Amino acid sequence: MTAVQRRGGLLRFVPPFTLALFLGPLFAGLLWTLGPAFGYLPALGGERLSLAPWQALFAYPGLGNAVGLSLGTGLTATLLSVAIVTALFAHWHDSRLIARLRRLIAPLLSVPHAALAFGLAFLIAPSGWLFRLFWAPLAGPVPPDLTIVQDPLGLALIGGLVLKEVPFLFLIMLAASGQTATAGQVAQARGFGYGKARAWCAVAFPQLYPQLRLPVFAVLTYAMSTVDMAIILGPATPPPLAVLLVRWFNDPDLAFRFQASAGAILQLLLVAGTVLLWLGAERVIVRAARRRLMAGRRGGTGRFGAMLSAGTAITVFGTATAGLATMALWAGAGRWRYPDPLPSDWSLDAAVRHGPALGGHVATTAGIAIAAAGAALVLALASLEAGQRRTTANANGGRGLVLLYLPLLVPQVAFLFGIQILLVQAGADGTWPAVAWSHLLFVLPYVFLALGGAYRDLDPRYFRTGLALGRSPAALFWRLRLPLLLRPILVAGAIGIAVSVGEYLPTLFAGAGRVTTVTTEAVGLAAGGDRRLIGLYAVVQMILPGLAFLAALIIPAWCFRRRRGMRTAA
Amino acid sequence: MTCNTRIMATLSALVLLLAAMAAIVPGRTAAASSTPVEDWQALTERAKGQTVYWNAWGGDTVINAYIDWVAARVKEQFDVTVEHVKLTDTGSAVARVVAEKAAGRSAGGSIDLIWINGENFAAMKRNGLLYGPFAEMLPNFRYVDVAEKPSTILDFTVPTDGFESPWGMAHFIFMYDRDVLASPPKSAVRLLDWARTHPGRFTYPQPPDFVGTSFLKQALLELATDRDRLLRPVGDDFEATTAPLWAYLDELRPHLWRGGKNYPESSTRLRRMLDDREVDIAMAFNPATASNDIANGLLPKSTRTFIFDAGTLSNSHFVAIPFNASAREGAMVVANFLISPEAQLHKQDPAVWGDFTVLDVAALPVEERARFRHLKLGPATLTPEELTPSLPEPHPSWVGALEAEWQRRYGH
Repeated sequence: MTAVQRRGGLLRFVPPFTLALFLGPLFAGLLWTLGPAFGYLPALGGERLSLAPWQALFAYPGLGNAVGLSLGTGLTATLLSVAIVTALFAHWHDSRLIARLRRLIAPLLSVPHAALAFGLAFLIAPSGWLFRLFWAPLAGPVPPDLTIVQDPLGLALIGGLVLKEVPFLFLIMLAASGQTATAGQVAQARGFGYGKARAWCAVAFPQLYPQLRLPVFAVLTYAMSTVDMAIILGPATPPPLAVLLVRWFNDPDLAFRFQASAGAILQLLLVAGTVLLWLGAERVIVRAARRRLMAGRRGGTGRFGAMLSAGTAITVFGTATAGLATMALWAGAGRWRYPDPLPSDWSLDAAVRHGPALGGHVATTAGIAIAAAGAALVLALASLEAGQRRTTANANGGRGLVLLYLPLLVPQVAFLFGIQILLVQAGADGTWPAVAWSHLLFVLPYVFLALGGAYRDLDPRYFRTGLALGRSPAALFWRLRLPLLLRPILVAGAIGIAVSVGEYLPTLFAGAGRVTTVTTEAVGLAAGGDRRLIGLYAVVQMILPGLAFLAALIIPAWCFRRRRGMRTAA
Repeated sequence: MTCNTRIMATLSALVLLLAAMAAIVPGRTAAASSTPVEDWQALTERAKGQTVYWNAWGGDTVINAYIDWVAARVKEQFDVTVEHVKLTDTGSAVARVVAEKAAGRSAGGSIDLIWINGENFAAMKRNGLLYGPFAEMLPNFRYVDVAEKPSTILDFTVPTDGFESPWGMAHFIFMYDRDVLASPPKSAVRLLDWARTHPGRFTYPQPPDFVGTSFLKQALLELATDRDRLLRPVGDDFEATTAPLWAYLDELRPHLWRGGKNYPESSTRLRRMLDDREVDIAMAFNPATASNDIANGLLPKSTRTFIFDAGTLSNSHFVAIPFNASAREGAMVVANFLISPEAQLHKQDPAVWGDFTVLDVAALPVEERARFRHLKLGPATLTPEELTPSLPEPHPSWVGALEAEWQRRYGH
């Protein structure tokens, strides 16, 4: 044991504490799903274990299609998102295109899935904006009877998922490539005559992919178990499995909860199976790719690929932005009926009428988001620092921390009911700290994800120098590491705030309906289908995390305004 | 490495502990207690200062505004605070009560009042999740028109037994734009003929959305050979009783919007589709919906409503108190206020909500009676006389059975 390690003190207990805070409730939550899945839920008269819920589940008409849809849309959307981001970086990693797209990313990251889905649906539906602009002038006041959204194959749903996940993976890829010293290696490979894309794929991608893997699995889980996007964009005869589950959990016939619990376990197995499948496919691809790489083919200029990848990425970012723009238009619309290309009159009625209530919800939302993101930052920093001090070689905070990502990898419906029961038993439901804690489950993994790489890849020589100069690790943490990492810390905090603001189900379950955030209110009002209100709330939902992202840009710039070297530090 | 094992050990210990905790949680069967309300005056005293969390569907701005008004009045008159918890689905509130019961919380629950009716009420009552009976002890209950409006005590044929207190009357109505559709089809059979000549211009919300299921019931009430059979619970004759409905829907389906392969997920979505000219007919379970939407700029001014000539499905909607409500007295004060002439009058005002009263207007004091008589209807709302004959709701067991069969036939 080194002196450094002993001085670690209380920090040592942070990673296990963090894990216990997280996984205990998660597993307990799962148990409360597992019980009813086998017929055990005494509150509803289920006293004995049985397989009846499973029989009911498999007898449900259309279950096969629902499962197929979940698999198909989830897997396709994930593969497409990964492919789009990878191709973009392969061809444009050293260009200004990446920097330009980066500027668009904050609003796209901060907007909740449902708002983006509404935007996309209104953009492409037969009575939507594009048809109002281009079809109505030719064809008159009646929209065509076409199936565009809610198509039976789930293409619109896949599109919506891609719009939301590409910016996320883009950010992860950007962070990863900032940390690994791949730029020089790619340049070297190009010196050997490899084409741009091939050099990047051969040299950089294998080093970046490990950092991408967990986020990809989070995307996969989300895509396979999304409810809010699927209701708006997905087919409904039948809907994907997750939508069926929520419907069953809310069915007036309480006997449906047993079948719903069995379905939640099925959903969990489905996701786990797909992740395993993905890992298997990775191996196959690695083996095949290795042979091709060894062959040493240099690849061409890849102009076609470059155009295609840039085109796709710009389409994705452009469509998402246009969808959000329609939401902003609706927020200020008075009356906007098909086939009018723009609202026929404008009104701030919605904003005025809902302004007072909105103010309170904004305060609650911001308070919870800041608490959750703040706690996540403290826990993540302490865990990372503990890992860092234990040994500089194995600096990822203990591999056990990988388990932190479990809340992202387990479908929410599978454990939220159980968490609700735990909170009720603890008498803590319906309070805002309970809500903040339930958000922490989802905020911490993202914060950890955003911060971990930057933390690990900070040049260790700074600290050796510091230690050699006689400073304690604690002093070095406060005076060296925090300032050096100010920007990634603030960006991670902003991501945490964005995640917290967008949470719907956890807020509902932990808040017992007594804690109202902008998002629960938005979803409640969206049931009325008034697009002006939906637009208004979407704008508010974007603004809150948008401010945090803005702060993450401005604060470091101001702090380091006299330090040229810090300005470029990512 | 040692760190990992330690983490794993801590974890497994924790999981075991939690598993044990989960296993010993008693599944108490807290039967709804029925303490008689001794004295209304004493009860209102105890209600003072309480906060009532009222879980009510929050998808309609008009209704939300009315609930805000109720909150202000109740605060003023009784010092009871009302917080409106806006639901997307009443089922989620039922689910929360189930979770609380599973966790053994038989007092101090998070819901004090639920806006409810039909199968949600039947399920909660059957599972002992409701407090009561209380409705008949509310002083204002004497004004309720139980004789002429039997649905105020028979909710989808299920006796309320005082476990819920009536709030308003609802009728199933269709809406259309009279500038587009000159004479709407006023029966299920004529609707089919109309759909044949106007393919893709009609659809209904996808069951189990309650308006979608109500459309099935509305059609079945017209087509069934023995309508009274529907008032008793579903039995072995489900197939025979409902065969005319499925034959009808099989014929209708190819002529529906999107060829009957997709359905709107709710009646509110369907109303947006009417506004966007995607369809020519929409439906709702509230006769004032069209007028409200016109006032809010959500439907064209030329929107009108109609019902089937054979009569229209009607029911009442209610408020109920969960068995473990924290502010039981406050909830009863609110329930009582909701059936006061003042609250009912305000609710029926078309500029407010336009929801019909559950009270017997003729039995009210002269002044209130006159004010009810002076109320106008919204531009698209039919008069109570035009909304007749009203057809009673089938027994709630038909809801689940119809939804399951619909799912089997058209839902996948």
